Amino acid sequence: MRARSAGRSLGAGGRRMADAVLFEFLHTEMVAELWAHDPDSGPGGQNMSLSVLEGMGFRVGQALGERNPAWLPPSSSPWAPQAWPGDPPASAWPKCLPLPPRLSRETLAYREELDILKFLCKDLWMAVFQKQMDSLRTNHQGTYVLQDNSFPLLIRMASGLQYLEEAPKFLAFTCGLLRGTLCTLGVKSLVTASVAALPACKFQVVIQKS
Amino acid sequence: MAVCVAVIAKENYPLYIRSVPTENELKFHYMVHTSLDVVDEKISAMGKALVDQRELYLGLLYPTEDYKVYGYVTNSRVKFVMVVDSSNTALRDNEIRSMFRKLHSSYTDVMCNPFYNPGDRIQSRAFDSMVTSMMIQVC
Repeated sequence: MRARSAGRSLGAGGRRMADAVLFEFLHTEMVAELWAHDPDSGPGGQNMSLSVLEGMGFRVGQALGERNPAWLPPSSSPWAPQAWPGDPPASAWPKCLPLPPRLSRETLAYREELDILKFLCKDLWMAVFQKQMDSLRTNHQGTYVLQDNSFPLLIRMASGLQYLEEAPKFLAFTCGLLRGTLCTLGVKSLVTASVAALPACKFQVVIQKS
Repeated sequence: MAVCVAVIAKENYPLYIRSVPTENELKFHYMVHTSLDVVDEKISAMGKALVDQRELYLGLLYPTEDYKVYGYVTNSRVKFVMVVDSSNTALRDNEIRSMFRKLHSSYTDVMCNPFYNPGDRIQSRAFDSMVTSMMIQVC
């Protein structure tokens, strides 16, 4: 236990240096592997691979939805590490997430859908991609468009219109991630992504009313 | 020290329920089941009025002559219900809160386990041993 808490003092918030890069490599390999098994890339085969990727992202999103603490109000700084007796040991925390901030009191802060979406744009994106979403737009009728101008999983590929056809498969996992986190927080949704020019991409979240 | 610990899914079926082995375990199952109504009431009562103040810890749900039942709800609407012996008056609110916190963090560990499918019964040995440490030692 002591060794684990010593590991926690790595930099502000205990960030592990190589985690983001490891996730990027893993993701690249995941996409490559799923596509490699599909020599006759007809529309059916491609859709299978896309839905497998999306399914993986969904499961991870479900876990992250549980793991992330409730959204903090803007006045407090989310990343100031605070000692809390019940903190999980650093090794139990998924590799790429900085250690969670703790509220002075555990509260449920999701008043409405917009709060949940803001949580996705700020906390979830910060935890997984170390940056916040660049813009969130809504039509107030259950459709949200999340825009990221320099999406970390696309930024290494190109800047502009090259590889535009290849880009969507690199977004499938993230779509699933969003859908999974929303599902844990009680919101059924459909998430699609579109790329106009790398590395900017848009995620469209449509809330399904049951 | 708890007498019975239960984890109930969002759809109100048990993911994990464990009680101290006595002759009548069904009584604890029934108590947990009836406490779900109280939990739902608390969640919806606080729903509109003071949503800012809504805590995850729900406190004492209802007392019976022998036992007290405490509840806790997570952001994903998973409920933890704990039945505690009434005669054990030394157990304070803070201790119950810390037991729920431990439950919550073990539950998030279970969720993050890739071999666990959300919605299945919890079979993790780590979770089991954590719950054992919370329950009364009955020989």
